Amino acid sequence: MELDPLFLSRLQFAFVVSFHAIFPVFTIGLASYIAVLEGFAFKTNHPTWTILSRFWTRVFAVVFGMGVVSGIVMAFQFGTNWSNFSYTSANFLGPILSYEVVTAFFLEAAFLGVLLFGRGKVPPGIFLLSAILVAVGTFISSFWILSANSWMQTPAGVEMRGELLYVTSWSEAIFNASLPYRFVHMALASFLTGGFVVAGVSAWYLLLGREVKANRAALSMTLWLLLFIAPMQAWVGDLHGLNTLEHQPAKVSAMEGNWETKSNVPLLLFAWPDQEAQTNHFVLGIPGMASWILTHDVNGVVPGLDQVAREDQPPVWLVFWSFRIMVGLGLLMIAAAIAGLILRRNGAVYTKRWYLRSLTFMSLTPFVAVLAGWFTTEIGRGPWLIYGIMRFEEGLTPSLQGWMALTTLIGYVVVYAMIFTGGLYYLMRILRDGMEHPPASEQEEAPEHRAKRPLSAVDVPFEEGAR
Amino acid sequence: MDSMFDLVPIWAGIIGFGIIMYVLMDGFDLGQGILFPFARNEEDRDTMMNSVAPVWDGNETWLVLGGAGLLAAFPLVYTVFLPALYLGVFVLLAGLIFRGVAFEFRFKARTSKYLWSWSFSVGSILATFAQGAVVGSYIQGFETENFRYVGGAFDWLTPFTVLTGLGMIAGYALLGSTWLILKTEGKLQAWAYRITPKLLAMVVAVFIAISIWTPLMDPMVKARWFDQFSLIWLLPVGALLSMVVLVRALIKRQEGLPFVATMGIFVFTYLGLAASKLPYIVPPSYTLWDAASAGESQLFLLIGLLFVIPFVLMYTAWTYWVFRGKVKAGMGYH
Repeated sequence: MELDPLFLSRLQFAFVVSFHAIFPVFTIGLASYIAVLEGFAFKTNHPTWTILSRFWTRVFAVVFGMGVVSGIVMAFQFGTNWSNFSYTSANFLGPILSYEVVTAFFLEAAFLGVLLFGRGKVPPGIFLLSAILVAVGTFISSFWILSANSWMQTPAGVEMRGELLYVTSWSEAIFNASLPYRFVHMALASFLTGGFVVAGVSAWYLLLGREVKANRAALSMTLWLLLFIAPMQAWVGDLHGLNTLEHQPAKVSAMEGNWETKSNVPLLLFAWPDQEAQTNHFVLGIPGMASWILTHDVNGVVPGLDQVAREDQPPVWLVFWSFRIMVGLGLLMIAAAIAGLILRRNGAVYTKRWYLRSLTFMSLTPFVAVLAGWFTTEIGRGPWLIYGIMRFEEGLTPSLQGWMALTTLIGYVVVYAMIFTGGLYYLMRILRDGMEHPPASEQEEAPEHRAKRPLSAVDVPFEEGAR
Repeated sequence: MDSMFDLVPIWAGIIGFGIIMYVLMDGFDLGQGILFPFARNEEDRDTMMNSVAPVWDGNETWLVLGGAGLLAAFPLVYTVFLPALYLGVFVLLAGLIFRGVAFEFRFKARTSKYLWSWSFSVGSILATFAQGAVVGSYIQGFETENFRYVGGAFDWLTPFTVLTGLGMIAGYALLGSTWLILKTEGKLQAWAYRITPKLLAMVVAVFIAISIWTPLMDPMVKARWFDQFSLIWLLPVGALLSMVVLVRALIKRQEGLPFVATMGIFVFTYLGLAASKLPYIVPPSYTLWDAASAGESQLFLLIGLLFVIPFVLMYTAWTYWVFRGKVKAGMGYH
């Protein structure tokens, strides 16, 4: 069998970045939640908020640590597998990615330490400020990454001289056309992730009857948040889609599974796109609906894949189905939030076991939705690595052979599987340990004699029954 | 260079500073992993790990910053070294990840502790070997064509790079053992005093072997050192003097000086290496200026870095200050 370094490198990148992405997506939302909890604690002085904040800060520490570890590989993968791409785009991507590292570095050095270890040792105002700055810092960090990615989708502010891209305008390149939509879409996705995880875990504790007061408070506030954020995400997603239609029409055609440029395009609920035949099988759709969504007119003309040469089309069925998974889960999230509102009357939201149980399962949906969304936008950019400028195969490392890529792919899968198992297992331990114990460390250890690493903030033992 | 002034020397200084910071700081904590299998007992292992627990992850962030900084300032280094060392880079990263995860979970583990000890040790040794092989590959040079690496998958794994890899293991172990002399007391410190001379002997052996081998392999290096007598000879002299200081400090049972002297060995060797090869950064063909990114790109990042680096240095210094003094058995930094 011929091993294709291009395919294997893409698979490896998709694997590493997907695996990495789930951690920051969660921590960004969770950091804001902790900041809000600290704000309430600061204002009301009520112990409920402190109990919640303590608990979620422990979870945050572990997930943040896993994000850092899994992110190390990202900083090198651009060079190992995509050296031609790195070489061509370094004048822009180098500084942007470095700024991300610098921001994260700065954040960790300055405020994370205070948030994880400073409780009771710094004035409450300073502690609150640190919690807010950690939350802000995670957004700045994600801003740089999303700027780099958006620039690959909608490049601007650069010109090609010879083989290299040179930056002609930093502001145009950084604030490129798709960045505002992608940034807001991702920010809301982080809130949804944080919100559904908190709601799911609170629901789980309520099912077990543990720390009922604090978990009712947590469930109530997150359900209010989700009630606004989940529908807002649908609206922002729609705006993002319209922006994509303007700048990357082929991606939208693939998302809609629309092969022909025509008016009155149906919204496909189910179809099996066939790239060979350039058509769909087993079609089930709502007439005119796609035209209406994209042009706000049922008779609007929507461009199809016939506008794009075959070799410039993305793999349609992947984009089509990733998009449907994302949207489907998004609708499910909206439904869960609205159900919460209805059940609020006479407090059924805290007691209906079927609802609490479904919320527990719902805590996984944002992760799947986020990954499906990234698959949609990244695969939908294909065959372009930098849209309209560089194709996937042009960006690959020339000296890379198939077996080398396969070796590292298997290697990273094994390494990550082990970290992930260890980390997930440990998170479960923390969840089972619960909120009831105040962390022993805060009472026993001398304040300054603690390591300042994220995971040192957690003192739950690795095995069962050791506390 | 179409910008107003040449930032290449400044950036070479920044990256060069970052690399030696990384080597010195991650060196002594990787050294703990290298020494781990030889430690006398489990209690000593706990203390060894505790001695670096507060600082090791801060040490490693320099590596990530170095990777991103190279892409920004000297992209050619990034896009030739990483493909050329493809499998070595994997070994390096996998080693560091295993070691990092082991670090966190070993403290929290009871029955599975021995597993995490093994991961910590094996990960540290592999990562150190790979770093030494990177240095060896740099000295060897790279097969390039039109700014791209065109060599094979194992060009980085030659007898010479195996030697530099082993040398790095000995060197980091030496940093690690002198760190233990500084940070511990009692039987563990006595053990560290005992193994340090042996480690130094290994470092000296590799140092001499590389010093003979390199000019034989690379005519440019030979010309630079032997065509006319120059001031760069002060650098190996500095390294040798540091070794002498180290031996004297060990004999006198001094506690702080051995670590300082070992850092001296590293710094002088590092500068000697730079003096041998620079301005070639992707030898044998490309200089720092060939490898540099556009002036405006270097400037754009420099502004942010000048703001952040002093802050990070202050924070680093503060962390070391807080955790100054001896680490005692049973004192947990977990």
